[in-house]
This record gives sequence, C-alpha cells and structure tokens, in this order.
Amino acid sequence: MAHGPAEGITRWLYTTNHKDIGTLYLWFSFAMFLTGGFFAMVIRAELFQPGVQLVQPEFFIQMTTMHGLVMVFGAIMPAFVGLANWMIPMMIGAPDMALPRMNNLSFWILPFAFAILISTLFMEGGGPNFGWTFYAPLSTTYAPDSVNYFIFAVHIMGASSIMGSINIIATVMNMRAPGMTYMKMPLFVWTWLITAFLLVAVMPVLAGAVTMMLMDINFGTSFFNAAGGGDPVLFQHVFWFFGHPEVYIIILPAFGVVSQIIPTFSRKPLFGYSSMVYATAAIAFLSFVVWAHHMFTVGMPIAGELYFMYATMLIAVPTGVKVFNWITTMYRGAITYETPMLFCIAFVILFTFGGFTGLMLSVAAADIQYHDTYFVVAHFHYVMVAGAVFSGTAAVYYWLPKWCGRMYDETMGKVQFWLAFIAFNITFMPQHFLGLAGMPRRYADYGLQFADWNMVSSVGAFLYGGAQILFLYNVVRTIMYGEPVKEAKVWEGAEGLEWLVPTPAPYHTFIRPPVVTSSAAGEDEWSISGATPHVAFKAAPGAG
Amino acid sequence: MSRTVGNKSLLLKLTFLAVLMFSFAIFVMPPLYNLFCDILGIGGKTGSVYTAVDVEIDKNRSVEVQFVAMNNATMPWEFYPKNSTVWVHPGESTKVVFYAHNRTANDMVGQAIPSLIPSTAANYFHKTECFCFNNQPLSSGEEADLELVFIVDPDLPASLNTLTLSYTLFDITNNLNGNLAMLN
Repeated sequence: MAHGPAEGITRWLYTTNHKDIGTLYLWFSFAMFLTGGFFAMVIRAELFQPGVQLVQPEFFIQMTTMHGLVMVFGAIMPAFVGLANWMIPMMIGAPDMALPRMNNLSFWILPFAFAILISTLFMEGGGPNFGWTFYAPLSTTYAPDSVNYFIFAVHIMGASSIMGSINIIATVMNMRAPGMTYMKMPLFVWTWLITAFLLVAVMPVLAGAVTMMLMDINFGTSFFNAAGGGDPVLFQHVFWFFGHPEVYIIILPAFGVVSQIIPTFSRKPLFGYSSMVYATAAIAFLSFVVWAHHMFTVGMPIAGELYFMYATMLIAVPTGVKVFNWITTMYRGAITYETPMLFCIAFVILFTFGGFTGLMLSVAAADIQYHDTYFVVAHFHYVMVAGAVFSGTAAVYYWLPKWCGRMYDETMGKVQFWLAFIAFNITFMPQHFLGLAGMPRRYADYGLQFADWNMVSSVGAFLYGGAQILFLYNVVRTIMYGEPVKEAKVWEGAEGLEWLVPTPAPYHTFIRPPVVTSSAAGEDEWSISGATPHVAFKAAPGAG
Repeated sequence: MSRTVGNKSLLLKLTFLAVLMFSFAIFVMPPLYNLFCDILGIGGKTGSVYTAVDVEIDKNRSVEVQFVAMNNATMPWEFYPKNSTVWVHPGESTKVVFYAHNRTANDMVGQAIPSLIPSTAANYFHKTECFCFNNQPLSSGEEADLELVFIVDPDLPASLNTLTLSYTLFDITNNLNGNLAMLN
C-alpha cells in the first residue's frame, strides 16, 4: 500500500494499475472523440450548402467512413472500457483487474491501431472510402490500396477489445469481495459483464470478416467475389452478425452508468434491480438473432423478412423494462438536477426517441423506404450520441470528483449540458425530415429541396462540437484547479463500495477485501475492514 | 493463490471461445450460408452439373425460359444469348447458345455467373452442360459460341410459367483460380 505511482512517462507506459489504465483509456477515447468530431465537422461543413464547396466527393466519403470507424471503435468503446477499468474493481471490492499486464497490452496496442487507420488518409489513393460497414465488393474489388492497413488496424482493435473483455469477465467472475454475490453487484458491473461476453463472442467474427476480405484481396479466394462463386451478400450477413451485437456492446454499459446515476440523484434505490439484470441479459441474447434487419433490401425471402422484423420488435420489450425502471426510480424521488443527472434524464428521453425510430425501421415494408437515408443516420445518432456519449459524459461528471478529489464547476457543467442537449437536437432532429424526404446518406451533395434543413443541421453540429470543447475545458480545469472534495461519499445519495474509499481514490484500493454481509433485516451491509473505520450502509442494489 | 489459478483458467476458456468464434466466422458461416441458399433456393443460384434422369416429358405443359446476358463493371466483351426466349416442355433437354466475342487487343479470361428469377425456381432448373461450369479464355479478337443444355424439372410448381436465367460475365484474367468456378 505504501508505494504510489512511478514517476514520469514510464508510469503510463509500464503501468498495470487499473486506475492508470482507466485514465489512459479515457483520455485516448476523448482524443479520438475530438478526431472523429473533426471529421464530422468536415462532413457538416460540406453539407452546409448544396453543391461541392470544401472537399471533393472522394474525400467526403472517406470522412464519413473514418468518422464512423473512429467514433465507434476509437471513442465510444474505449471510453466505456476506461470506465470499466476505473470503476469495476472499486465496485466489487477487488484490488485491481484480474490480468493487469494484459490490461496494459490491451490499451497500448490501441494508439497504434488508430495511428495506422488515420494514416491511410494521407496515403496514395486515400483512406477507406466504403462506409464504416465496409460492404464487399466496395471494400474488396473496388477498395483503395490502403484497405490492407485498414484491415490490420481492425485486427488490432479487435485484439484489444477481446483482451479487455476477457479481463473484465475474469475480474467480475473471480475477483469479487467476499459476500459480493452476483445479484448484489452494481448494475454497471452487470451490464459490463454481459457486454464483455458479447465482445468475446462477436469481435472474432469481425476479425473473421476482415480476414476473409484480406484473403479475397490478396490471395485469390472468393468469399465475397461473385466471379469466383462467392457472394457479396455473405459479407453483409457476417458483418451484421458482428454489427448488431456491437450496437448493444456500445449501449449496455451506458445503461449501466444511467442505472447508477439516476438512483443517486433520485435518492431512491433502483426500482427493479433484478428485472434490470434480466432485461440486460435478454437484450444481449436477442442481439444475436436479429442481425438481418440491417439488410431488408438485399432480397431475403418473405419468411426471413417477417422473422427478423418480429424478432427486432421483441427487443422493445426488455428495453421498455429498462426505460420504465428509470422512470419509476425517478418517480416521487427527491430529485436534484446536478449535471450527471441532467445528462441521464436527457439520455432517457432521447434514447427512447431513438428507440422508437428504431421500431419504425424494424418494419420491413417501411424500411425499404428508409434504408440508407438520413432517417437511419438520425436514428443511430439518437441512440449512439444521446445514448452512449451523453451517458459517458454523465459518468465522467459523476465519478470525476472521486477520481481526482476535486469538484467540477456545476454552472459550467449545466451550461455544457444545455448547449449539448439543444445543439444535439438541432443537428439530428432535422435529419429525420431529410431522410423521410428521401435524402440518401454518405453523399457530398444533395438536391436543392434538402438545403434548408441541412443548413440547420450543420449549425447544430458546430454548436455541439463547441459543447465538447467546453467539456474538455471543464474537466481539465477541475483536475487542475477544482475545489477539493474531502468526503468519501461525494454525492449524498450515492451507494456502493466505490463511495467507501477515500476521495480522491488512493492509487491502491481494497488491498484487503471488504466484506459484504446481509443484516437480519435482509439489507446488504458493505464494510471495509482493516485500517479504514468500519462503514456500513443500506445497499442500493439487491435491496428487498 | 486460488484467484490466480481461477484467472488463468478463465483466460484460457475465454481465449478458446474467441478462437472458436473466429473459426466459426471463417469456416462455418460461408458454407452455412451456401447451404441455406441451396436448401431454400434463394439467391437464384442454380446447381452444378446435373446428371439427366429418365423422366416423362410433360407435353401438356410449356414453360417460357428467357435468357439475359450482361457484363460486369468493366468487362468489354460482346456477350448475348442467340435466342432470348425458348418454350420448353418440362423434362425435355434443350440446348441454347450464347455468343461471346473478345473485342479487345488482349487475351482475356471470362467467367459467367448465373442467377435465376424467380429464385424459388432455382432448384427446378437443371443444367447438364454449361459454359458457366468453366472459365472462358478467349484470345484477342476471338469469338465463341457458348453452349448451355438444361432441363426444367417436371416438378416445377404450377404457378411458375416463366423463368429468367441471367448470366453476368466477369473479367477474371487477373484473378484466375480454376477450382472456384466449380462452385457455380
């Protein structure tokens, strides 16, 4: 316990400390978020007016492709892995992650993957120009030469994700404090456990897809090449067999974050803990059997369309269980509206909105009209940005005082929230109208009838980008000059082991495991034995 | 420490799961996809070489078979069916001829890929001989009559009276791989 972090750059290069690695993941993800955001700004600037002004169409499509890839694999996924690294050991009373050296490796290969990916933009022939879904034959027969770098980068990202997930599963299954049964784990831990299983199951499928691409491009096989007896539609099946669970990989940890924060600021335990756990598991299971709803226009048999349509609609049931859980948790709670709570309430509203447009898209007959239009773009930005990014922002505000022992500027946080909330809706709400009117995605130019809403959308996008700069400023200012926080329990209504350790969280926590016991009243009591004074409190999850 | 043992055992199991899923994607999903297409007759893929069996020719029924030929992307050959429509009785063997002409100054190799519409009829359309079973090397300026011998199965559902067989001709000069053509 005596020794702290090493000095200098080697602290970060050689670290096996879960908090250091969590920090690395979070900063890396934010850097990628700004990079992907910059690409988005290029896209919106070009679409500000009809016609080709700033970038050529060939470069524009590289921007949409890279924006998607960087945001999904570089910003959102590492952000939640970072949160998992920081919080899971503290939430389950473990001294560190189960496999600390692999943890170091899984982070440090990521910057290389993205350096390779982004470097393709500067290569002859340009970067990936086939959309983030990289459908064959666009990504094989017609791909730029840089596609091999893209494939290698995806392999590294996949390896990183798989190692990260194995680590999380091993930590959760094997490192819990005595008495911390599965049904006492905080929901963030639960959602991450299920997410990690999804990752281990589908990231290898993505690796398989890009490997088959690699073989088709360089070694004369014909997995996706019709001339050799293959089938490009097979690519779409393989991709979406990965891709659909992937969207839940992105959103389930966000559900976990929201399920931690809403009870805290409602000062009530989560309405239905076990129903949340089962709903998460149900969503994870269903995510494996609905992939072809992304492919309603490929010419599936009618029976296939109907099956994938109904199975997709079924997901609304466990998702509804979650949304109603959050609402009933807030109902008659003593709510205060700190920044994390504001982001979570916005999450519930906007994610539900995105869920409903998802239901519209699940109708096979209607999807043929919506397919590959801005309606789809609007839909997945409502669930990805208002879902994953809002909850990630909420998580940073919520745990930042615990991490660095300083309180962020609440006013600035609220300003950022309202700016982000309003700008987000200005950006993406009009894209629904554009899509329904028939504007296709991934084009640098559009018909004059789409001009007005595109201009509105671009203005919103620039404002939203500005909100992220404010976020960065607020976080940096907090770390450097924020008002010190002394209480272990930073938020009055917060429950869980992470709020029992001192603030800021020491470099090593739970060297001696805490003991979680159940009192006669059936309430869980969590305590830390050892030097720290005995602390017990009524636990939020699992109560009753 | 038992935790270390537990962690290592989990690491091994989960790595195994990852390797398993990787193999599933590469070795199981493509054959499974083809199997599904075969069984359900979707994708319009017609079968490989068919050995004719002795069946009664259904003289009371006539089926219209249409032929479409097109070139993929940059394929410069001239390629068309000499007869675009034939009427056949189910069970009878019919020969049709496609014309191909390499108009370029280069020796090239083409590969025709079939697709049948409606795709539900794919399992009732049998080819005993087809140029699509092999690739077609044509030297510069060479022309060829490409033959197709087919039988429409007498079990073809009564609701289907018109079948359209389309061939897309691919340029595989730079991507020769003899075995793969057999998949058609």
